[in-house]
Amino acid sequence: MDFTLSEEQQMFRAMFRDFSAKEVAPGAEEIDHEEKPPLDVLRKAANQGFLGATLPEDYFGAELDFVSYAMLIETLAGDCMSTAVTLATHVSLVAMSILGHGTDTQKEEWLPPMAAGEMIGCFALTEPDAGSDAMALQTHAAPDGDGYVLDGVKTWVANGGIAGLFLVFAAAPGGITAFVVEKDVPGLTVGYREPTLGLRGVAINTLYLEDCHVPAANRLGEEGEGWDIAQRALDRMAITLGAAGLGVAQAAVDVAAQFASERVQFGVPIAKKQAIQNHLADSLIEVEALRYLVYHGAWLVDQESDLTFDAAVVKAFAARVARSVTNRMLQVMGGYGYMEDYPMARKYRDARALGIIGGPTELQQVTVAQWIMASKDVEIAP
Amino acid sequence: MDFTFAPEHIALRRLVREFAENEMAPLAMEIDREGRVPFETLRKMAKIGLLGVCFPQKYGGMGAGETGYCILMEELGRVCTSTATNVGAHIGIGAMSIYLDGTEEQKQKYLMPLARGEKLGAFVLTEADAGSDAAAIRTRAVRDGNEWVLNGTKTFNTNGSFADVVTVMAVTDPTLGARGGMTAFIVEAGTPGFKVGTHENKMGIRGSSTAELIFEDVRVPHENVLGKVGEGFISFMKTLDMGRLTLGAACLGGAQAALETSVHWAKTRKQFGVALAHKQSVQWMIADMATEVEALRSLVYRVAWLVDTGQPFTQLAAMCKMYGSEVASRAIDVALQIHGGLGYSRDFPIERNFRDARISEIFEGTNEIQRIVIASNIFRQHGVRIRP
Repeated sequence: MDFTLSEEQQMFRAMFRDFSAKEVAPGAEEIDHEEKPPLDVLRKAANQGFLGATLPEDYFGAELDFVSYAMLIETLAGDCMSTAVTLATHVSLVAMSILGHGTDTQKEEWLPPMAAGEMIGCFALTEPDAGSDAMALQTHAAPDGDGYVLDGVKTWVANGGIAGLFLVFAAAPGGITAFVVEKDVPGLTVGYREPTLGLRGVAINTLYLEDCHVPAANRLGEEGEGWDIAQRALDRMAITLGAAGLGVAQAAVDVAAQFASERVQFGVPIAKKQAIQNHLADSLIEVEALRYLVYHGAWLVDQESDLTFDAAVVKAFAARVARSVTNRMLQVMGGYGYMEDYPMARKYRDARALGIIGGPTELQQVTVAQWIMASKDVEIAP
Repeated sequence: MDFTFAPEHIALRRLVREFAENEMAPLAMEIDREGRVPFETLRKMAKIGLLGVCFPQKYGGMGAGETGYCILMEELGRVCTSTATNVGAHIGIGAMSIYLDGTEEQKQKYLMPLARGEKLGAFVLTEADAGSDAAAIRTRAVRDGNEWVLNGTKTFNTNGSFADVVTVMAVTDPTLGARGGMTAFIVEAGTPGFKVGTHENKMGIRGSSTAELIFEDVRVPHENVLGKVGEGFISFMKTLDMGRLTLGAACLGGAQAALETSVHWAKTRKQFGVALAHKQSVQWMIADMATEVEALRSLVYRVAWLVDTGQPFTQLAAMCKMYGSEVASRAIDVALQIHGGLGYSRDFPIERNFRDARISEIFEGTNEIQRIVIASNIFRQHGVRIRP
């Protein structure tokens, strides 16, 4: 066991903090209020190599270890969770799926432009009647000549509105299958942008596939491997979202602690009141527990272990911590916490997404219960 | 013991529910998006007597007492928290302060048009450096002959930007502090020097107005002193006690709505081949939520009964506000979770309810202040005096 960050990781972290403070923090409020996807930030992030954070240098990636990448997401989320989730979707869900399951040709074709930010990736799995029950998806992939014809509707597609590359899951004759669909392919239409409580800078859209012809060369993996590809991507994303939850929670503590040290009521800074101290202390206890859970999960990604159990644990706990910490920290700031002119209301709205996106907490509870019962020979269905 | 509502209260609930569903529900999303106060709704409420629901008929009210007022707030809170907030600020603290401490002349002159809804009221206390520590206000009132001259700036005033009649707390004797040095004044809008400052951009209750109010040499006749000079602190504590109870009632409505919509969605939404209602995770959520809603309901109407029968209720009113706001927040959080993505979308009411509900843990005294009130009442009975 060694809990220290390597010198390289410490250097990366300093660099992330510097980038985020300079390039992300100043525009965060505007991104939220104007519901503007963080395109400027993505361009600058691409210049730093962040859009190909975990990709090998062969594909112009930064070849970061996953712990460093988790710290990148954590840092960005502290300033702007919309930016963190946009980048996480691109890297964890899409680029790493192509890296993990693509042929050399596919990797050479798509990964360099993804790393350069010329193509932003989105992940199209959810459908109106297939939310938690993703396997119930109805989007159809019918074999047709040298490829497939895709038909169906995908909802809640994060990055849908800004994507150049769509990772689409559809039912082919051999089972659920993943396809890489490029923007501008006839039959692919990006529709309604979801107006959301938080994460307002994430372009979450509906996607329509109508007679959308995709060459067989764009199939990722074999027919029927789609479910496995999606699961692995969602497990990586769960840990990445855990890092975002850690970032937003830690930042909420920092903002509220500053406020509590300055706000005077009853003749003293409110930080002198035990009620406020307890809010802060309970929050930091949770944040620290989450921090090591997240870093451990990220380390497991690099060990190429099966992530199913740990990803569920990280995501469920991160959602709970981000929610409870932003809730308490908003309370510390009283009326000021409730005003949109201060960052806390945004953090509170953003943090609530973690209980839902990437699969609701209830699904992670099922996964953990399945894990516990596996050794007892009890099979658990969701 | 008798837990049944009187026939007139049952009729009142029917009236308000119908009004809320027909007149308020269709507007709730719009006023949130546009950030505007639904004056048209307030005018319609005035017409059917709801803006004076609790006051005696001789002062232009409906005479439904505190129980009737809680029924009103519960039903408004069930449909639109912004509108409940406007109404609560008008009746529960604005007009209420005059009802509790006004002279007969003040009641005729000010309470009557407020109760009839011809005029709208507000209660003005908070300042930038005096939030939870309300005794730290600095707005000054200096006597000048038969007038008082007010100077200061008040923040976070609900209804303040449009109210016709506001009750303002000011310091009349800085040497005495809160107890003895603070006085309440009735100030009419349009009085020279009384200006509206910046409007707050809030996360929720965006269909209510929260504004800064500026007093610059505002001259108020001595006859507009509410209660006795120097007794403002006692005056506002009494008023806020009433406001806390009815805020709890509005929270009850919000929690009730969350429960209803959750049950409906759990019945409708199918995943893994069955309605969510068949999943124990969801069943437990509903069971816990329903239990809390029922506990809150009993608390709210028990305290309303204490008020209507003239019994002490301060500690229990603080519990109504604190527990009510936390029950409502929990219930709406769970409703959002049950609805998944749709709960997080601004196209559905839960998202708005989630933003709206959060204010109740903060305004009308933060829940930390409520806990101080409750604890100090308990410890006082044991001979221990606690300070905030």
